[in-house]
Amino acid sequence: MEFFRIKKDIPFMRHALKFNIISLVTFLLAVAFLFGKGLHLSVEFTGGTLIEVNYQLAADLEKIRDALGNSGFSDYSVQNFGSSQDVLIRLPLKGDQNTSQLGESVMKSLATAAPGAELRRVEFVGPQVGKELAENGAMALLVVITGIMIYLAFRFEWRFSVSAIIANLHDVIIILGFFAFFQWEFSLSVLAAVLAVLGYSVNESVVVFDRVRETFKKSRGMTTPQVLDHAITSTISRTIITHGSTQMMVLSMLIFGGETLYYFSLALTIGILFGIYSSVLVASPLVMWLGVSREQFIKQKKVIEGANEDGAVV
Amino acid sequence: MNRYPLWKYIIVAIALVLGFVYTLPNFFGESPAVQVSSAKATIKVDQKALARVEDALKGAGITHDGIQLDFNGVKARFTSTDIQLKAKDILEKTFNPDPADPQYVVALNLLSASPRWLTALHALPMYLGLDLRGGVHFLLQVDMKGALTKRLDSISGDLRTVLRDKNVRHTGVTREGDRLVIKFRDAETRDKARSAIADTQSELILSEQGEGSDLKLVATLKPEAQKRFGELALKQNITTLHNRINELGVAEPVIQQQGADRIVVQLPGVQDTAKAKDILGRTATLEIRMVDDSPGALDAALAGNPPFGTEVYNERGGQPLLVKKQVVLTGDRLTDAQPGFDNQTHEPAVHLTLDSAGARIFKDVTRDNVGKRMAILLIEKGKGEVVTAPVIRTEIGGGRVQISGRMSSMEATDTALLLRAGSLAAPMDIVEERTIGPSLGAENIRKGFHSTMWGFAAIALFMIAYYQMFGVVSVLALASNLLLLVALLSLLQATLTLPGIAAIALTLGMAIDANVLINERIREELRAGMPPQGAIAEGYERAFGTILDSNITTLIAGLALLIFGSGPVRGFAVVHCLGILTSIFSSVVISRSLVNLIYGRRKKLAKVAIGQIWKPGTVAVNGQK
Repeated sequence: MEFFRIKKDIPFMRHALKFNIISLVTFLLAVAFLFGKGLHLSVEFTGGTLIEVNYQLAADLEKIRDALGNSGFSDYSVQNFGSSQDVLIRLPLKGDQNTSQLGESVMKSLATAAPGAELRRVEFVGPQVGKELAENGAMALLVVITGIMIYLAFRFEWRFSVSAIIANLHDVIIILGFFAFFQWEFSLSVLAAVLAVLGYSVNESVVVFDRVRETFKKSRGMTTPQVLDHAITSTISRTIITHGSTQMMVLSMLIFGGETLYYFSLALTIGILFGIYSSVLVASPLVMWLGVSREQFIKQKKVIEGANEDGAVV
Repeated sequence: MNRYPLWKYIIVAIALVLGFVYTLPNFFGESPAVQVSSAKATIKVDQKALARVEDALKGAGITHDGIQLDFNGVKARFTSTDIQLKAKDILEKTFNPDPADPQYVVALNLLSASPRWLTALHALPMYLGLDLRGGVHFLLQVDMKGALTKRLDSISGDLRTVLRDKNVRHTGVTREGDRLVIKFRDAETRDKARSAIADTQSELILSEQGEGSDLKLVATLKPEAQKRFGELALKQNITTLHNRINELGVAEPVIQQQGADRIVVQLPGVQDTAKAKDILGRTATLEIRMVDDSPGALDAALAGNPPFGTEVYNERGGQPLLVKKQVVLTGDRLTDAQPGFDNQTHEPAVHLTLDSAGARIFKDVTRDNVGKRMAILLIEKGKGEVVTAPVIRTEIGGGRVQISGRMSSMEATDTALLLRAGSLAAPMDIVEERTIGPSLGAENIRKGFHSTMWGFAAIALFMIAYYQMFGVVSVLALASNLLLLVALLSLLQATLTLPGIAAIALTLGMAIDANVLINERIREELRAGMPPQGAIAEGYERAFGTILDSNITTLIAGLALLIFGSGPVRGFAVVHCLGILTSIFSSVVISRSLVNLIYGRRKKLAKVAIGQIWKPGTVAVNGQK
């Protein structure tokens, strides 16, 4: 079996501008949603209490809401979580509430008005901890970006590292844009997925760039767009198969992983799809526009006096 | 060219065998067990306790499945939960004859059901996090500021005493925030006060302020003293928490310092959060009272008729003691307790430090009661115990008290610890709480397992269909990657959480990249007309640089998560980082050795089964050029 039977190099670079415009539009939309709607941050970041209960039969959310309202709670949210039997109750942080007893008092009020609830999980995060988690998350993102930048700068020319980082950062923004647009819950594990995907799709760019460098060194007489086309074409089979395999695993998590892994795998899915697109079709044109050329790769070789283009001395 | 030297094969074989052995315990599941551990710092669980457990079970006719002693205590395994519950009752009765005063913690636990030779090799199943096994997690914030304020208040009392003793007239000692201000009328008195305070209080920084008749001396705690005090407070809180959690009967509690001022408490298997919180937040108090040693009084008290104003307490070791109800001193006056030695007799001793008010009271009491005994009581949950009841030899002034006599140095250490740990040094707040029910834990394991299994199956099917023999090699390499990763996690006893399982799945999904790279490269070389042996060698060679690159970028992300992540993210990051390491080994070394085994020996290799190689301009031929 072989999927890719490509006779000639696909002229990706001819459409470079289109790809980048698509990319730019998506990016701007993502930024707009991010600022317009904002992220729906999980309890871990905002602080508050989260209670998951399970009923034998489908839960009556109205009854649960009434029960909480009658017990003097306010600003709560009651939702189904994964199935009709599972219910997630969110309570915001309140200064005057005795937070340490919140879980018990919710269960008590449910016991009378909506009996049969089994407590599955309570999560309470204080305001201080939430703030720290958010700060640490931002820190982690910053370190990943600088770490990868430094690594790429060592490994490649600056043009490559700059384009790889731009391409992949725009992935991150697009993932966040999706989460803002659909108001999916952004939790710590989603953050982990975003960072993992950042590392993963940078390596996609690395693979393509490796080929670019190799092609520049090997084949003479090709223009820069031709070299890029050739590099992308010869790695496209690997790109699709690798990402396809990873996506199979992620899909399996999306289907079997339950509610807890749902948003985690969703972030990975978006990341993988946009990762392919951006690291191949956005990063490469950027390299081209930044002015990459063959001379930058053969400079290191000793220039022999009087050598012709092929390096032979007459 | 595609042959490995023997030592490389041996390394691969050893890695796989070790991987298999250390993965093995995870398949045996767990069997019910009862664990007996010490509830008090002074009681050690040793071989004797092991023999006692054995005797008690034998006496009751309960058959066990093995008893072992480790740093946690004595653990006995049973074949069913019914027997486990019966055994727990028996052991509870044997070890804690008086339920009101438990000496040991007898708790239900689960132990790995793997054969003993595996346990002897230290091959244990993976350590499951709370989200997989159920339990409670608390993050407690220690109120260091509150603790420092308390300390400063006690120092201000000391300062007043010092100034009065030295006859230095001041117009008031007050605490303003985190500093103490002493006011004076003239500079001369202030100088005198300054030298007097500097002599006795080495922890303070003194500075002069004010002018005219409104002169001030401002005292603040030295930064290193603050730091030391904070560390001490935190340690004391942890010790206190340990003592209290012992009462809950939790098999493997985790109580750890996190950062400078936080304590993590994890109680696997505990569902009753209300009780757990109650116990964590309780306060214990220390009291010093006089012992009533008048002849006959104790016998009368034991007969149920205690003399007026006295009550009976048990001394550690079980001796009853008649103690006066009037409290001489409380633990609030105790600033420190340290183990040490008596200066003259060189016997082990406990050195107590009292604050100035306490010292004055203590001096008066000891002067009036030379030759009598005083009892040091620890009162917790309204229940008291005499820690020690020494005889007063002379009048004791200066606030430094020494308890000695009939003590081993071990006992001295434990007593000092108990005295310090009796109460919390600083108030604590719960800043994070997570409770996970046991059913949710089991469900999480199932979900994580299914995701990994089906994902793996899908990848395996595809790889074999697409790359044929090389696909099989890739899948075997991927399987060995999983094996090594699980083995490594078991060996390191890193905590596995649901995000951790997700990381296993994701790592596998990403690790296949290396084999795809290699296989694609080999195909490409074949397409370019290289003979198969050369193509294999070249493919591995060339792909390696790229594999290393891609793993390094992923590793950077993983490490950043490890450093800055907390909770679920850290669980993810640990597995992710370890998985990257194992995947480099398995996808490069193991898969190469398999390929070498299959193809390397054949001199005239005409074709390899790597799936269709299509060349532009020719008709595709299956597997050959």
